[in-house]
Amino acid sequence: MAEPEENICFHEMFHIEGGNFTHAGAISSRVKKILKEAGFPGKIIRRTSIAAFEAEMNVICYANQGNLSLFITPNFLKVVVKDEGIGIPDVNLAMREGYSTADETIRELGFGAGMGLSNIKKNTDEMILTSESGQGTHLEFIIYLDKQNEG
Amino acid sequence: MSFVTVFDIVNSFGLEIRTGEKRLKEQVTGGYASDLLSDVIAHSRKGNIWLTIQTHPNIVAVATMKELAGIILTGGRKPDSDTLQKAEEEEIPILVSPLFTFELVGKLYQMGISGKGEC
Repeated sequence: MAEPEENICFHEMFHIEGGNFTHAGAISSRVKKILKEAGFPGKIIRRTSIAAFEAEMNVICYANQGNLSLFITPNFLKVVVKDEGIGIPDVNLAMREGYSTADETIRELGFGAGMGLSNIKKNTDEMILTSESGQGTHLEFIIYLDKQNEG
Repeated sequence: MSFVTVFDIVNSFGLEIRTGEKRLKEQVTGGYASDLLSDVIAHSRKGNIWLTIQTHPNIVAVATMKELAGIILTGGRKPDSDTLQKAEEEEIPILVSPLFTFELVGKLYQMGISGKGEC
């Protein structure tokens, strides 16, 4: 996966509080606003903010706390989400659409349908998900700023 | 009808307007009906009217994120007070219909509002 360390035009880190549904979506809304103000094409904004929303919801639903970092470089956008929490025992299983470990409370809110990670996968060009059970989860995704994303 | 606004929908079906009065003149590009938020995030389109029975504040986050034209709570569901507050802040129309989702979708379809077809 491309590393943003060189040529970073912009970087901001946001804190996400686990279990707090009141402000759910606030971080991804801010990401969307930043990208809009920066003048990125609609498709780039749409894909990044959908993926960021799902990642933010995962931290809120399943982790104690986490943070989401947005990196803007000349060639791609990169989002890194790290959390501290229960982690994912089987990452491959979790990637399968429809698979979910959400409890009844989360499902009643309309989350936990097992679509979050596959929504992230579908809306990004590269995605890496690693997790240590009982420790937390590390997610990174990239959206390239090339022609196919301009529509 | 080729150009339907949120206000046309409110008028035609006697919906109760709870928030977002300023945005009722916007054009509705189509509709989506689902109570799973990730499903709505994945498949709704900008300017869609969204029918759901979810009443918590996260529906406003979804509607804002996807730039939806408005949310219709079906089956006479009452929005939570913090949902209304957030919807006012974000200027998202929240409308309430006594009809259940299936009935209202049928009426909207007859009015010329469609979905985007197969996924």
